[in-house]
Amino acid sequence: MFKGKFIDNLPKIYGLYTGGFLVFIILMAIAEQAGMTAKTIGILFVAFTVCIYAIIGYLSRTVQVDAYYVAGRQVPTVFNGMATAADWMSGASFVAMAGGIYFGGYTYMAFLIGWTGGYVLVSSLLAPYLRKFGCYTVPDFIGTRYGGNLARFCAVVVLALASFTYVTAQINATGTIASRALGIPFELGVWVGLVSILLCSMLGGMRAVTWTQVAQYIVLIIAYLIPIFWMSNKNGMGFFPHFMLGEEVARLGELEAQFGLVKNAAADVKAAGVPGGLKSIALPHAGVPDGAMAAWKFISLVICMMVGTASLPHILMRYFTTPSVKAARKSVAWSLFFIALLYTSAPMLATLSKLQLMDPNLATGIIGKPIADVMQIEWVNSWMNVKQAFIADFNGDGVLQLNEWFMRGDVVVLATPEVAGLPYVISGLVAAGGMAAAMSTADGLILAIANALSHDVYYKIIDPKADVRKRLLVARALLVIIGAAGAYIASMRITSILGAVAWAFDFAMSGLFFPLILGVWWKRATRQGAIAGMITGLASGTAYLIYVYPKFMGNPAWLGIDHLRFGIIGASVCLVVMVVVSLMTPEPDSATQKMVDEVRVPSGKTILGKQH
Amino acid sequence: MSNKEKHWEKTKGLMILTLAIWFFFGYVVFMFGSSLNTASFLGYPLAYYMCAQGSIVAFVILIFWFANRQEKIDEEFGFTEREGDD
Repeated sequence: MFKGKFIDNLPKIYGLYTGGFLVFIILMAIAEQAGMTAKTIGILFVAFTVCIYAIIGYLSRTVQVDAYYVAGRQVPTVFNGMATAADWMSGASFVAMAGGIYFGGYTYMAFLIGWTGGYVLVSSLLAPYLRKFGCYTVPDFIGTRYGGNLARFCAVVVLALASFTYVTAQINATGTIASRALGIPFELGVWVGLVSILLCSMLGGMRAVTWTQVAQYIVLIIAYLIPIFWMSNKNGMGFFPHFMLGEEVARLGELEAQFGLVKNAAADVKAAGVPGGLKSIALPHAGVPDGAMAAWKFISLVICMMVGTASLPHILMRYFTTPSVKAARKSVAWSLFFIALLYTSAPMLATLSKLQLMDPNLATGIIGKPIADVMQIEWVNSWMNVKQAFIADFNGDGVLQLNEWFMRGDVVVLATPEVAGLPYVISGLVAAGGMAAAMSTADGLILAIANALSHDVYYKIIDPKADVRKRLLVARALLVIIGAAGAYIASMRITSILGAVAWAFDFAMSGLFFPLILGVWWKRATRQGAIAGMITGLASGTAYLIYVYPKFMGNPAWLGIDHLRFGIIGASVCLVVMVVVSLMTPEPDSATQKMVDEVRVPSGKTILGKQH
Repeated sequence: MSNKEKHWEKTKGLMILTLAIWFFFGYVVFMFGSSLNTASFLGYPLAYYMCAQGSIVAFVILIFWFANRQEKIDEEFGFTEREGDD
């Protein structure tokens, strides 16, 4: 049945896999009808999918350097697009994004624009050139283009800082989902999550991560879209929700006016004993706040997320795996296509689930109903028991007002199937999807850090004579160490999912964006300039974060640049310093200039050899 | 100008055009968010729609278009990759 090379059979293999997964969902649905408990279904969903990933990880094991670092540079365009989409869409995208829109409405949707538009920068400024360069890691490019171990090392530091801030949040998410689905404590769930993550990446490096990420993308997109379509059709809100929810969005506006958008005073919230992290709806769903400052806040967040996207090493390194420069460009387009499938659905999910709760005409509506009745509803009860939802009767009238209903953002995705009265099999599917999203991103990130440390620090700086066996051994050992460090921090519960995710973008843009693009687009950029830019950019960005973050120094934000947007400061400083220092130092030697010329031409050999 | 330089000039031109379109859909639209929202598209308020779908779809199309244009430029100057270049 499978003749020829593995790569040629990919569509068939993943087609079968998708079919198999759909059959599994149907089997679970039948089992649910036959009386299987919700808990067993949840366990089966998570366990089954994780086992499949582990098998793929095992089958993709390798002892070759270029297979380990860049999947042998033979990943076809469309599949690399899917893998990048899974790499990209984290637990936060899957679980928290719809929740963010639910509470923040239009203002939160700046993230949607930022997290998609960044790919235009990736495709036009970076990906094809880095592919032509033939590097294994992002610091590999910096180190070769600018020359010298210091430049390479600075890039490794930025990479490690940005990726590590990101990865703890991902391991945190796998822990949350594993603990809920398997019914184990969170601290244990984190370690179960880590083992699953390492199973996918340890034996085969980039090659294994690529093929598991494709599998994870398929699971996560099915898990995200089925509930949306089901809900929309079940409630007669439109066969194709993306194009048919205009009335529902308008209806939300009416309901907001009817119930009133009240921002609770912090003191009241505290006095009522609302658990931390829970919010009530206080912002309009589709309304745009007035004024130049509001527009700037939106746009500045978009800048940070876009520029950060184009600087994040775990994304850039996915384009090192394509067979050609041309394929790298196309692959960016496919990546964004697959990402857009989920991102354009998130606002629809938020709209649907908000309406289900807010519209008193729907059977599922809870706002405006007597609190005593609402407390009887099963899902309200179960989420209140785990402190993910809360009711505070501020005005004491016994009726649930919009500002009296609190819940955590994550609940929007995780509880919506229950709220809408969909069968439990859908909740199990959503758990498997969330797990896939968090695992795939964590894998990409851990691999990015471990590869930079093993290739750039160990092989290029410490021991250039190390043989292949030793290099790959070091790479794998680092993978385990970094994963364990991330899991340890996650198990201490010191990160909230979104704060940390936005920071990763800001760190990456502060230190890496300009050294990367100027390396390709400005021949005059020198080693000294790049080093000075990376150091001052990262230092000033971090200093500003400490200055402005409420839990550190808590000073008022300058021009609305708060802790989510500190990359604007870091990247600007990096640009200015890099240009000034470059112009003050002698221009790069002719060999370097020739190398830059070569990078700009797609045909011909890569700058760095196939094995290096 | 050598062949390589001409190729790079055209590549730069395409990059600038691509980023101009990107800037429009990523930033200009949202500078006027509150006035755009009075208009509607498919029944959605326009600024909301641009956030939820409009700009995102524009980015996808833009990257596919860019990749095709760049391939044409590479072809024109004889820099198309051949099998086994690596």
